[in-house]
Amino acid sequence: MSNEKMTILIDGVAVEATEGQTILQAAADAGIYIPRLCNHKDLLPGGHCRICTVKINGRPGSSCTFPVADGLVIENDTDELNAMRRAIVEMLFVEGNHYCPSCEASGNCELQALGYRLGMINPEYPYQEPKNEIDATHDDVYIDRDRCVLCGRCARASVQLDGKRVFGFDGRGLGTRIAVNSPDGLGGTNLSVDDRAATICPTGCLRVKGQGPDIPVGQRAYDSTPIGSDIERKQTVKQAT
Amino acid sequence: MAVEQQRDIISQVAEEFGRSPARLLDVARGVHARLGHLSEESIGFIAEALGLERVRVRDTISFYHFFARQPRGRSTVYLCNAVVERMKGADAVAKAFEEATGVKMGETTPDNAISLAYTACIGLSDQAPSALVNGIPLTNLTPADVPMIVETLRKGEDVSSLPQAKVKKNLLKRGDIVFGAMDPGAAIRKALALSPVELINEMSVSRLRGRGGAGFPTSMKWSFCRTAKGEAHYVVCNADEGEPGTFKDRVILTECPDLLFEGMTVAGYAIGAKKGFLYLRAEYEYMLARLETVLARRRDAGLLGTNILGKGFDFDIRIQVGGGAYVCGEESALIESLEGKRGAPRDRPPFPVQKGYRNQPTSVNNVETLCCAARIVEKGGAWFSAFGYEDSKGTKALSISGDCERPGVYEVEYGMTLQDMLDMVGARNVQAIQFGGPSGQCIAPDGFGRRLDFDDLATGGSVIIFGEDRDLLEYMRQFTEFFTEESCGWCAPCRVGTTLLLKGLEKILEGSGTKSDLEALKKLGATVKAMSRCGLGQTAANPILTTMENFPGLYEARLSKDEFIPSFDLAKALEEGCAVTGRNPDLEEKHA
Repeated sequence: MSNEKMTILIDGVAVEATEGQTILQAAADAGIYIPRLCNHKDLLPGGHCRICTVKINGRPGSSCTFPVADGLVIENDTDELNAMRRAIVEMLFVEGNHYCPSCEASGNCELQALGYRLGMINPEYPYQEPKNEIDATHDDVYIDRDRCVLCGRCARASVQLDGKRVFGFDGRGLGTRIAVNSPDGLGGTNLSVDDRAATICPTGCLRVKGQGPDIPVGQRAYDSTPIGSDIERKQTVKQAT
Repeated sequence: MAVEQQRDIISQVAEEFGRSPARLLDVARGVHARLGHLSEESIGFIAEALGLERVRVRDTISFYHFFARQPRGRSTVYLCNAVVERMKGADAVAKAFEEATGVKMGETTPDNAISLAYTACIGLSDQAPSALVNGIPLTNLTPADVPMIVETLRKGEDVSSLPQAKVKKNLLKRGDIVFGAMDPGAAIRKALALSPVELINEMSVSRLRGRGGAGFPTSMKWSFCRTAKGEAHYVVCNADEGEPGTFKDRVILTECPDLLFEGMTVAGYAIGAKKGFLYLRAEYEYMLARLETVLARRRDAGLLGTNILGKGFDFDIRIQVGGGAYVCGEESALIESLEGKRGAPRDRPPFPVQKGYRNQPTSVNNVETLCCAARIVEKGGAWFSAFGYEDSKGTKALSISGDCERPGVYEVEYGMTLQDMLDMVGARNVQAIQFGGPSGQCIAPDGFGRRLDFDDLATGGSVIIFGEDRDLLEYMRQFTEFFTEESCGWCAPCRVGTTLLLKGLEKILEGSGTKSDLEALKKLGATVKAMSRCGLGQTAANPILTTMENFPGLYEARLSKDEFIPSFDLAKALEEGCAVTGRNPDLEEKHA
């Protein structure tokens, strides 16, 4: 792949990008945070959550999958897009059964952190209250599907990083659930607690057993600075004011 | 059945398809046909036979509507519950089936003779109510027909000899392009005398645009595909017409399959493909045998296969039958399905013309587009572009159904007004036209002067007419429900948003919606439209949004005067807890 340099405009700021990058990557390199949930830097994009949607030359598109091209004009941090991103986060909250106060992932949860960053107070939509199964058949890892956002990270990580295929999907539409490669549950698969797939979940769905909320409140990942701050600290371009 | 016997059957089926993982959909169909459903054991054996992980098999088969996961009766009645079917009395037919069998829709009779199920549009809205019974279409059903059908199934007899097992062609207007007279081989002879670039130029002269509804210029698609680098190029014909109310491909596939296959062959020559696929929706499997016969005849005539017409051009076509999923009509989802996976659309770019089937350049074209292409090669681009209107050249095959005297397929020139369309089919006192199916728009009488035109009213061809007495919003609710059932689930805004749209609309229809609910529903619709990954989600709010725009009075009439009514139902939320504790709370209790 060539390393041809190009320039894209994000919210009016010129950002240097390299051929082969996605819009999301180029923005991150320049210290511009585009909110995202299913995306993970070590994985190929999945395009599930659509929270990273930006306007590309005026049309909505997912920045995690869209390759940069010279001269693209991107809108990212706009009221309209942030409201729609917040709407998606709210949808994910009402789709599952997310009980933040008692969740071990609280404070380190990317879904919760996005809710805070995007200004979610309380979901406007009716809760769906689905009935889900917990899979505790594995010695070291369990699945609590109540907290699954179907981001597909575990499935991608298992294939792309661990060289296995422990996870997949079952069903379609609102009935879609994360599935495992065994009729006997997660315990019947070759998942190891050391696999990247075991700890790549952005929420509290896929958890290592025996780990309570051992980091005190106040010291967790998103307690003092919002999600995306790590990217914004790298900022190399001056934001338009 | 003994487990070993199951394993042998599955192994045989897998062998028929060369144990190729890419043929998973075919293997699953074959196993389903032999064993009646796809059990957990079957999933394991299929995985073993194809060398796939079982989760990968499950991922695919759990996606498709026609794969049962639990044992079913020896016969399955799939009664169509699409909007037009229900307008024409499908509910009464369903009731008759329930009475005649003694079980509810979704259940199986205790003697395992018959299962009853609903299915979305099966391409027979012009002869509704209709059903697929063991894959065989039954049409123009009335409740009085049902006892005889059930009796036939109980006796284990074939329904294809029943009088209802008849699909009328209903081709009520032939144009010169799609349904004109045809001389097999004429287009191929002309094509092979041209260079591929000259052929694409002819497409450019014709100004042909994609008939699926998007209207992308065919010459550009073929040109991009031809110049894209790849180890192989592919032609894919999208015969997965699933838009409720559309059935024109049914008629094309019956009436002029030669023209279609000729179009695919010409496309193959233009883009440099040796292989083409016809993706046939599962609902049309009853046409498969005849289509295979046509392909065989064309091979015998030297119009398909190696060294076509002795000119050194090789091209052949395989028919892939789907598994029941509306979203597979989206071209990238169709490609995924063709590769033996769940039909989840891909993100674009890259486009299929760059990376399509097996990541190779692929041109996916609508059935009707390919028919037009064959005709253009035969008669010339200039001949074609003399038909039509402004930037919409040629003709369009429309599937017209609903409240009109003569439902059927009409091939008309672009530029026709909606009012002329209504007069043509004998529709009077019309309240609304659902143009382009649920993913299109719902148009009020003040818009009946608008024209069939890519740049104003683009359509894949579904036209549903609602008479003045119809409860229009109830049908919009059914359309919205359709999208919730067909959302693939891959992306969040469509997966969750479609259901929230349905709930929001239902709240208003129940009379417990307020002005703020209406505003919220509009906002939600805009979010689902902007943020969804593919055309399904991007259009799923259209029934709601276009009726809000064109029929605001219908909504206002349903609104409550209250400022706010919660969607939260306290009694329902406490139901489970009450059952467990055996106590009933006083819901009216005053707070201290």
